[in-house]
Amino acid sequence: MQQPSTDEHPVVQHAHPTAGVYLRVATILVILTVIEVGVFYVPAFHSILVPALLLLSAVKFTLVVMFYMHLKMDSRFFTFLFGGPLLLGLGMTMGLMFLFGAFALRR
Amino acid sequence: MSRLKRLMSWLTTTDHKRIGLLYFYTAFVFFLVGGLEALFIRAQLAQPDGHVVSAETFNQLFTMHGTTMVFLALMPLTASFFNYIVPLQIGARDVAFPRLNAFSYWVFVLGALLMNASWFTGPLFHAGRLNVAPDAGWFGYANLTSRQYSPGPNIDFWLLGLQILGVSSLAAGFNFIVTILNLRAPGMKMMRLPVFSWMTLVTSFLIITAFPVITVALVLLMFDRFFGTHFYLTSAGGDPVLWQHLFWIFGHPEVYILILPAMGIVSEVLPTFARKPLFGYTVVVYSGVLIGFMGWGVWSHHMFSVGLGPIADSVFSATTMLIAVPTGVKIFNWLATLWGGQLRFTTAMLFAIGFIALFTIGGLSGVTHASPPADLQQTDTYYVVAHIHYVLFGGTIFGLFAGMYYWWPKMTGRLLSETLGKWHFALVFVGMNLAFFPMHLIGLLGMPRRIYTYSPDLGVSTLNLVSTIGAFLIGVGVLVFIWNVWRTRTRGQTAGNDPWGGATLEWTISSPPPVHNFDVIPTVASRLPRWTKTQLKAIPEGAKLAEIHVPGGSIWPLVTALGLPVLALAPLSHRLPFAFVGATIILLGIFRWAFEPFEA
Amino acid sequence: MTIAAATHRTSMGLDSRKMAFWAFIGSECLLFGSLISTYLVYKGRSVVGPYPHDILNIPFTSVSTFDLLMSSLMMVLALAAVQRGDLKWAKVWLVATALLGIFFLSGQVYEFTSFVREGLTLQTNLFGATFFVLTGTHGAHVTVGVVWLLTLWVRALQGQLTAANAVTVEICGLYWHFVDVIWIVIFTVVYLIQ
Ligand SMILES: [Cu+2]
Repeated sequence: MQQPSTDEHPVVQHAHPTAGVYLRVATILVILTVIEVGVFYVPAFHSILVPALLLLSAVKFTLVVMFYMHLKMDSRFFTFLFGGPLLLGLGMTMGLMFLFGAFALRR
Repeated sequence: MSRLKRLMSWLTTTDHKRIGLLYFYTAFVFFLVGGLEALFIRAQLAQPDGHVVSAETFNQLFTMHGTTMVFLALMPLTASFFNYIVPLQIGARDVAFPRLNAFSYWVFVLGALLMNASWFTGPLFHAGRLNVAPDAGWFGYANLTSRQYSPGPNIDFWLLGLQILGVSSLAAGFNFIVTILNLRAPGMKMMRLPVFSWMTLVTSFLIITAFPVITVALVLLMFDRFFGTHFYLTSAGGDPVLWQHLFWIFGHPEVYILILPAMGIVSEVLPTFARKPLFGYTVVVYSGVLIGFMGWGVWSHHMFSVGLGPIADSVFSATTMLIAVPTGVKIFNWLATLWGGQLRFTTAMLFAIGFIALFTIGGLSGVTHASPPADLQQTDTYYVVAHIHYVLFGGTIFGLFAGMYYWWPKMTGRLLSETLGKWHFALVFVGMNLAFFPMHLIGLLGMPRRIYTYSPDLGVSTLNLVSTIGAFLIGVGVLVFIWNVWRTRTRGQTAGNDPWGGATLEWTISSPPPVHNFDVIPTVASRLPRWTKTQLKAIPEGAKLAEIHVPGGSIWPLVTALGLPVLALAPLSHRLPFAFVGATIILLGIFRWAFEPFEA
Repeated sequence: MTIAAATHRTSMGLDSRKMAFWAFIGSECLLFGSLISTYLVYKGRSVVGPYPHDILNIPFTSVSTFDLLMSSLMMVLALAAVQRGDLKWAKVWLVATALLGIFFLSGQVYEFTSFVREGLTLQTNLFGATFFVLTGTHGAHVTVGVVWLLTLWVRALQGQLTAANAVTVEICGLYWHFVDVIWIVIFTVVYLIQ
């Protein structure tokens, strides 16, 4: 958590990326989506399907949050406000999946 | 001012102080309702084979006692102090979103009324009885709440009421996070923030993260009850234990939502009346944050009797024992604050010291159920009831009473009587121990909770009678408090700015404070601005004070809030048109709210 | 000091509305986290069909996913236009975002009705219940977003949307992108990992 500052500050607008950056991010997102669907259909990838898909979707998630929601250049405190609950939610999901035996070895 | 105008000024108010008072009076009424329900329960159990109420009504009484006390009394009572005190402590003129604040209050009142309407609306549902209140316990375990086992409207009232109350808590949570982080007076660094405001911040974070989980649990229950899904039905592959998990993932943080504000109050009261700064401020703050964080990893200690397996049991047992550490740290800090202080035993101080003693007992009995084998003996017996009441009555309510005696002069301008206050304290302290201590023994002797009667052969008749006597003593104590409040209106001693010699900003302004709180926003240079004389910058000589604009009120928060219970009438009565009317009211309210000219 | 001055100076130097909205998004993470958890723990527990692989239409949903990604692009372009005071393009991008949202929703309506025709309803099995409640909650969020976008568009048509209140568009954008990232997760967890 960013140490909140001492005194009053005028609200400053952080610089936002240009349309060019937005377009490049969109291109990457589309390419990643195409890869996701590709991985899904190619039988050779079936052994690594789950980790590959999770990784790809995490990258997409991060790209949107960093560039379209401006967390990369905005206050680090916003990252905390979002990331804290996000990690709690992830922990909860993992915990519940464990408790319901999702990670148990298949017989 | 004409009557109507005065009423409108309350209906449209966005002043955090007025909203704080509204929260206080409303929540106190529900505290009395919940207390009355408790007295009925104790009257029924005063002797074996009691027949004061029927078994069905008994189920409704204990369910509504728990639900009312948690959601309609304790949470809103803490919210009344968040509202009234936090902006004053941080040197702000209001909360960050005054209209959202009014919305939170109105949603709370309407949700509470909807849920309690179940006491009188049986005939509307052709139930053949007057009272169709919720009856599956305050944590409403799945299967008991399914349409199959509970075909009446009882559970519908419960789940719709809780959904509405969740909206209120969430809105307040966002509001106080932003208020505390963003509206602090110049120089009020986070590590200069009064502990009560710190605990409000932690509580607000817990609210915004924990409430969505119960929202989902309740949504799934709604679908099961209204749309025939099988989320909690074993024969369809579902699992009633999912409800338990989701409920307690919310429920354990909820316990901290109830106790952290009281810990904050005690951390304000003890230093004032010991005339010593809080011992280890930083440690108290960080352990509060740590408790809030760790509170997320212990939920299954409520579920040891499910049989989750050795790994889950060991993990949750260990985390539960660990969480006692930061709590214990706080207790030692409070004791060290008292050590060597110039103690003044005012009523507020007595309640704060009572808090430490009783909360410690409740905490210790809590650690005993951290051990799964011990828990299996205790679960669903009166031992657990004893534990929760030492924590929530001896802890939260004692903390709240300390806060009432401490801040009442600030909120109304008059001091509550100390003589009556001490009677109040003595009666409640003795009554509480008589009522709840025997429950430890009753439970260990094998009496299950939530059973409407018991046999004389069980050998717990005397203990139960003692417990009932204690409960009525508490009732008498609360009556003394009401009398105290009533007579203080006209006969209370006027308070002045600072009757106690407090250290924090709320004591720098008049009691009650003016609408705009501070003529000039203070500049803070220390943690205890009023105890370090040079450190509160005086208004510069001859400074020109600009006129302070006081924002007008708004009716739209109330209108928007009204849409929610109307919406809830649709599933309750199985009549779809209510849904359209409710949604229209909400939409209209939001749009008028968004586009009305309003300066915060 | 007047109140007006006070609202523009905050102790963290951050816009209060934006801060509240980020807290709201954090809270929404737990809402969707609970729904996704429910979907995952009930995965493979349905006692009767249809099962996910019988019914999920990947090509169709890929188009929906692409559509939502493009709407996010339109949204950031709308914000950039408002920030530089270019009202003309702001109107275009705002309505484009809303239309892509409506297109996504129509896709969802089509998907839901075809599933019901193929025998998957809320009541059929756990897959139906968890699927419809999770994606339905997401769809409800998209609907709210569309109404919000159209409101901003009308404000722009009225000439009320200036660079000075760009933060209102920015906050709507935060909501819209959040709904998009939730879809990114749902697309992977529900559709691709069967
Ligand atoms: Cu617990």
